[in-house]
Amino acid sequence: MLEKALEGSRKYWTWVIFLLAVIGVGFIFYLRQFGYGLGITGMSRDVSWGLYIGQFTFLVGVAASAVMLVIPLYLHNFKKFSKIVILGEFLAVASVTMCMTFIFVDMGQPTRVLNVMLHPTPNSVMFFDFLVLTGYLLLNIIIGWTSMGAERKGFAPPAWVKPLVYISIPWAISIHTVTAFLYAGLPGREYWLTAIMAARFLASAFAAGPALLIILAMIVRKLTKFDPGKEVIQSISKIVAYAMAANVFFLLLEVFTAFYSSIPGEKNPFFYLYAGIDGFGKLVPLMWISAILAVIALVLLIYPGTRRMEKTLAAACVAVFASLWIDKGFGLTVGGFVPNPFGKITEYWPTVPESLIILGVWAIGALVLTILYKVAISVREATAGIEIEH
Amino acid sequence: MGIDRREFLKIIGASAAFALGGMTIVDAIVKDDAEAAQYTPEPGALVAGQWAMVIDMWKFKTEDDRKRVIDACNSAHNIPDFGEAKDEVKWIWDDSFEHAFPETEQKYLQASLEKMPFLLMCNHCENPPCVRVCPTKATFKRSDGIVMQDMHRCIGCRFCMAACPYGSRSFNWSDPRPYIKHENPNYPTRTKGVVEKCTFCVERLAKGEMPACVEASNGAMVFGDLKDPNSKVRKLLESTYTIRRKPELGTGPNIYYVIRGADNA
Repeated sequence: MLEKALEGSRKYWTWVIFLLAVIGVGFIFYLRQFGYGLGITGMSRDVSWGLYIGQFTFLVGVAASAVMLVIPLYLHNFKKFSKIVILGEFLAVASVTMCMTFIFVDMGQPTRVLNVMLHPTPNSVMFFDFLVLTGYLLLNIIIGWTSMGAERKGFAPPAWVKPLVYISIPWAISIHTVTAFLYAGLPGREYWLTAIMAARFLASAFAAGPALLIILAMIVRKLTKFDPGKEVIQSISKIVAYAMAANVFFLLLEVFTAFYSSIPGEKNPFFYLYAGIDGFGKLVPLMWISAILAVIALVLLIYPGTRRMEKTLAAACVAVFASLWIDKGFGLTVGGFVPNPFGKITEYWPTVPESLIILGVWAIGALVLTILYKVAISVREATAGIEIEH
Repeated sequence: MGIDRREFLKIIGASAAFALGGMTIVDAIVKDDAEAAQYTPEPGALVAGQWAMVIDMWKFKTEDDRKRVIDACNSAHNIPDFGEAKDEVKWIWDDSFEHAFPETEQKYLQASLEKMPFLLMCNHCENPPCVRVCPTKATFKRSDGIVMQDMHRCIGCRFCMAACPYGSRSFNWSDPRPYIKHENPNYPTRTKGVVEKCTFCVERLAKGEMPACVEASNGAMVFGDLKDPNSKVRKLLESTYTIRRKPELGTGPNIYYVIRGADNA
């Protein structure tokens, strides 16, 4: 099936070459980081995780969100999702690929990364994260690829795929729960030390992932003959609306606990992120953009008129994705480190090489996604009109 | 659909076998923990059930007294001086009372405390969060309570730095070797990309010597076995008022700080 990715229009190849170029630039800067060390980034003794780990955290959510298509289709027999579920599964594959690459580029000694398997450590959440992410990647590759292969030949997927699909549902929840546990179990990091972290992660994931999927579906519809259908997009938009509302609600719960209890350790990260402390406030504009985008998105998603109109829905989805990227991909990681354990402030801002490496990893994800979508859509276009029982 | 006795017993048997099998696998994985403790100390080495330190800042009269202690550690362990706070590597350093004990914030603090610098280092916790989170067991706790770092196993994920509530861990953001002023050939230098921290001078304890900082402190820092009721640290803890950094987190820090009234300042 992969051969389908090797034939395409001029536009397709221009896009692929563009992505390869971005990956190339990122790789050159990664080689510099590999030679010099992580000092090439904006991270420091005080803010020892930065955008790499932030991107990883955000993308685990995007990956997990495939489950929002799988649940309606397989548990509620919501047949309309049968055409689009493959886009969700392949988005999960691309996202997990990015997650793993981000973890890899964040390692101080990348050549030793297999020590995680050589010395398995069940008390470390990172060990489990490694296990569940690898498992989730395999599950989605196997499920997606087998379903596509069957569809190409005009058959329903083989029966053994179904148990894997059912396993993938709790597995998706687990990857994001375990990722939340990376943060939520650390003494002395008040911004992260909250029982609602995993729930908040899942809510933001189920908003950001499906929002991206709507955008991707609209792009696919425009560029190819494959149309997931207006109704499908409308159904997903309701998922985004509910999840985004839950996410904002959870964030407000955190704000209440911090400010009504008035415990300094709970309040300080919020002060730093949204107001700045002692003149340090590099993230303040970003955090407010995130907050404003969240409100705009919620209004557009909740009001039926704007949700049904595809132009405003697309805007709402972009707003959801951008808002959550800032909140989870950037603010969440940094907020846990500021102020530091001594009550002092060290700020973080990504450097140019760091940003180019990040772009490179995103381009890897985009390339994986492009290739997988190209295969899926080519198969769809070839079998258009043939009804397959799922 | 009912199940008969035979089937029931079969299920019980199978479940038991499964559970036992699982236990063996878990055992095999967890067993790795014990390896580090399986060695016999050299004759003459200092041994303890739980090493601990009591620091009396009132005994440091001048800045030079503190500097001497910090320098003793820095030169013994090839600590680099990057000249920039962002990249800093430090095993022992000083900071104000307010920063050392941020949760005891008090506007009208005893004058002698307000300006008093406190020596800070790894607390060699009884229940170390860094050890709990390390995905490779590169950081581990010895049977004498010392929290160690294996710089050859560390993958540089910095999970331990996020987990340590004391800011006691440093990462080599680049090659530290060019930044070492006078290299001590008897102690290893580190590579870029690994985390490091105070080790209570295990290399000196093994030879029967006190940690470098303790030796340079002229009695202001007392080091000993917390499990031994006759040790100097135990006697001091029984007779003096001491505090620890962030004990409320349940980490069980093993560095104690003597707090004196204004009269003794």
